[in-house]
Amino acid sequence: MISRLFAFLGRHVDTYLLAAIGALMVVGLITLYSATGESFSRVAAQMANIAVALVIMWMAANIPPHYLLRLALPVYVVGMIMLIAVALFGEVSNGARRWLHVGVTRIQPSELMKVGVPLALAWYFDRYEAILKLRDFVLAAVMVLIPVLLVAKQPDLGTALLIAAAGFFVIFLAGLSWKVLVGLVLAGVGCLPLLWSVMHDYQRQRVLTLIDPTQDPLGSGYHTIQAAIALGSGGVFGKGWLNGTQAHLDFLPERSTDFIFAVFSEEFGLFGNLILMTLFLFVIGRGLFITFNASTLFTRLIAGAITLTFFTYVAVNMGMVSGILPVVGVPLPLISYGGTSLVSVLFGMGILMSIHTHKRLVKT
Amino acid sequence: MKLFRSARKETAPIVLGGARRAELRDHQRELHNFQMRLASSAGLVLLFFFLLLLRFVYLQVLQHDYYHTLAENNRISIVPIIPNRGLILDRNGAVLAHNYAAYTLEITPNKAGDLETLINELAQVVDVSPKDRKRFRKLQEEGHDFTSLPIRTRLNDEEVARFAANKYRFPGIDIRARLFRHYTNGEVASHVIGYIGRLTQSDLDRLEDEGVAANYTGSDFIGKVGLEGRYERDLHGTTGFEEVETDAGGRAVRTLRSTLPVSGNNLLLSIDARLQDVAERVFGEHRGALVAIEPSTGGILALVSKPGFDPNLFVDGIDPQNWEALNNSPDHPLNNRALQGMYPPGSTFKPFMALAGLELGKRAASHTIYDPGYFVLGGAGGHRYRDWKTGGHGMVDMHKSIVISCDTYYYGLAQELGIDNIHQFISQFGFGKRTGIDIDGEVAGLLPSQEWKLKRFKQKWFAGDTISVGIGQGYNLATPLQLAEGVSVLANNGVVFRPHLVRHIQNSQTNALTSIEVEPVGTVSLKPENLALVRDAMVDVTRPGGTAGAAGAGALYRIAGKTGTAQVIAMKQTEKYDEKKVLERHRDHALFIAYAPADAPTIALAILVENGGHGGSTAAPIARKVLDFYLLGKDPEIKPINDEDQDEHD
Repeated sequence: MISRLFAFLGRHVDTYLLAAIGALMVVGLITLYSATGESFSRVAAQMANIAVALVIMWMAANIPPHYLLRLALPVYVVGMIMLIAVALFGEVSNGARRWLHVGVTRIQPSELMKVGVPLALAWYFDRYEAILKLRDFVLAAVMVLIPVLLVAKQPDLGTALLIAAAGFFVIFLAGLSWKVLVGLVLAGVGCLPLLWSVMHDYQRQRVLTLIDPTQDPLGSGYHTIQAAIALGSGGVFGKGWLNGTQAHLDFLPERSTDFIFAVFSEEFGLFGNLILMTLFLFVIGRGLFITFNASTLFTRLIAGAITLTFFTYVAVNMGMVSGILPVVGVPLPLISYGGTSLVSVLFGMGILMSIHTHKRLVKT
Repeated sequence: MKLFRSARKETAPIVLGGARRAELRDHQRELHNFQMRLASSAGLVLLFFFLLLLRFVYLQVLQHDYYHTLAENNRISIVPIIPNRGLILDRNGAVLAHNYAAYTLEITPNKAGDLETLINELAQVVDVSPKDRKRFRKLQEEGHDFTSLPIRTRLNDEEVARFAANKYRFPGIDIRARLFRHYTNGEVASHVIGYIGRLTQSDLDRLEDEGVAANYTGSDFIGKVGLEGRYERDLHGTTGFEEVETDAGGRAVRTLRSTLPVSGNNLLLSIDARLQDVAERVFGEHRGALVAIEPSTGGILALVSKPGFDPNLFVDGIDPQNWEALNNSPDHPLNNRALQGMYPPGSTFKPFMALAGLELGKRAASHTIYDPGYFVLGGAGGHRYRDWKTGGHGMVDMHKSIVISCDTYYYGLAQELGIDNIHQFISQFGFGKRTGIDIDGEVAGLLPSQEWKLKRFKQKWFAGDTISVGIGQGYNLATPLQLAEGVSVLANNGVVFRPHLVRHIQNSQTNALTSIEVEPVGTVSLKPENLALVRDAMVDVTRPGGTAGAAGAGALYRIAGKTGTAQVIAMKQTEKYDEKKVLERHRDHALFIAYAPADAPTIALAILVENGGHGGSTAAPIARKVLDFYLLGKDPEIKPINDEDQDEHD
């Protein structure tokens, strides 16, 4: 009986992926305990988040991919409507208009678009698979850019970046010609001054600070400098769990969320970093493997976009904490405190599992 | 594969034959393309992780030491603990300078925003006087915006409570417990003790040069003048340090290590505070100086410079109004006249001249001259040097020349001795050079010589120059301290001690006393009979018939003294000095030197009263009261000495 229950529960769950995700979440909880100043309640709250996210992952894993195909366009359309609603009458919190009040709770439509955009694009490319022309790519780019600009305007640079990345990965994997890609990159570089002109002052400051954090050690350079001190002083083996001075004496800002990696790295050192990177690489590798083996264009594109977006998460966060990328508000997936990102990441992982396990079922 | 696909894509037409193969090939190529894209993505992932790894190695291995230091600096802050400043006590243990703790309100300007508004608001909670505001503005001009500057000092308990309740309204204003210096006797001995003041940039630069700046971390005050200035190193003590682990907000989390401060050492003075007090009281409203020395040690018993000032005004930064008043007063209360005032010694120079004549064999005690009331240089028709007494003193020997202060006698003696002999002999008593007293600012005075004149004026010495030097005029200039030192050497039979204010330095930890050296620094070789002769004459100065006879009347001990009157403005040959006609500030200075008891002196002193007129009438009575107090314990009534016209003359 019990074994049958497990069989039912585990039918669409990818064990490798789950093991790596589980290990990362355990690392996250351990680090969170230290980052929150040994707060059991925060750890318990995060465990609740994990439980919810795991359920959502399981559900996503049990949705057959062709249902997703049908859901793609509606999700995108609803997401767009909500984004516009946010822009018109969203709730302002911390100087940014991100939240939409829906009855009892408030939601962040930009999170939905992280899934909505790649779904819609994959749906579009899958539909016109045989006859993809340049104008299809142009249309796809517009489908990405509108939500990205709306989110960037909120302003939420981190999420905008991740939506853009997700969209870009779909377009890239769908086979946009290298020539156009190179052209786009050049055009992008050409547009940098334009981008600069529409950026908020604080966003510009972040870019300037990346070039030289010491320019403004107490202002926008503070995060970068303190994180570098945390990492550097951690050394090869770290200061030991709960012994990070940067973390425990409040020098590290946002240390349970966006900068949790600095806490981890201070306490576990280069050695810990290697383990963490290996775990992340394993998740990404498994995602790429699933993508490689996916059977339809839609599932390939979705799996690839999810995997590479996950990588983007990791890269942007670790790059920001270690000071090689500007500070954008992107959490470290599976490690940072917070339910929203955990749910959206595990939802993506669920889809990966679904793609992998349903393909087998269909084949046999 | 096809099944799979067509099951999902009902709309896709099923193409047969070659076209279908073509589609399959096409599909195959598309899949291959996708896989290439995926592979390049994987390559990108690996490349980025490799870059990250390089960055980690750079930060955590190559730069580890650097960041380790930064992290330690981040968390550990060194909090200085300011030592208690050493006390200053008089020879009987009376406290002259001590410290007390009090609350102050301090503003850190760069944290405070609009200062004017802030201070106005503060004034509604605690009293802020216009003086406080002015002083604050002055400190702000001198100091830095990031140091905290006092707006109010010495808050009472009620004010402390009121401010504490309203603190949230005043960002940048903090309440601090501080140690304050207090000078117990206020103006008394102000020129001896000096004062401390706020540490300025120039102080810091100097400390930096001396290599002791670290010891002043956290210190706000430093000794500026007087003993507070000279003995700064002893008084300041050693600053302690606390290594505190702080969080990012600067709050101390725990103490890692601490080194306790070492209090400054105490100064035990040779000054007798009661004598000092008496001396200042009997000085009354006169300007001038008094120095009393213990001859057998060189220890200074009292050092007065009038007018004085209240050193307490300087302690927490003097307000501009008081500063203006002190600095611009025509009486120059901040000048230490005892050390810095140069006055012609006048007739107080005569005993030293007499000894020079005796010791150098130029005069025998019995040698008698006739004084017609003037001395003529270079035979008949030469320049006439007048005696103070018209008509002269008649027959005058050495004893009488001192008792009645005959000028003519010393004109002749000076000529006979010659300037270089005078210079050589009398400089042994400390004239013309710094005595080496242990406070700063002392001037050397002037005991002229041929060499000096050549250097100073590029002129040769004229015979006429020597004549007025003989009566302590001319180029002759001495500080009251030098006069006291000179008479002290006389009282001590020629043994010279360096005059000093500090007798012992008391270690604050062990209470052990380090004595200031009381070894003689030199001896003037004097024959006992010559000394006795001059002493007897000086004793007769204070007896009926002497120039200070009235001042010495009824004394229960013998006083050896000598009056003096120093000209402030030069008189023409034909002019007669008339006190009543001369501006107060152009009147003669009154001088008196003395030691007592004459046969076993325990005190030697010199007094100068600026524009006081005659030594016998103005200066000697002050000396008498000081001596009466010191030798007999007689407290004089506070009534100041007035310039009653006595018919005694110099």
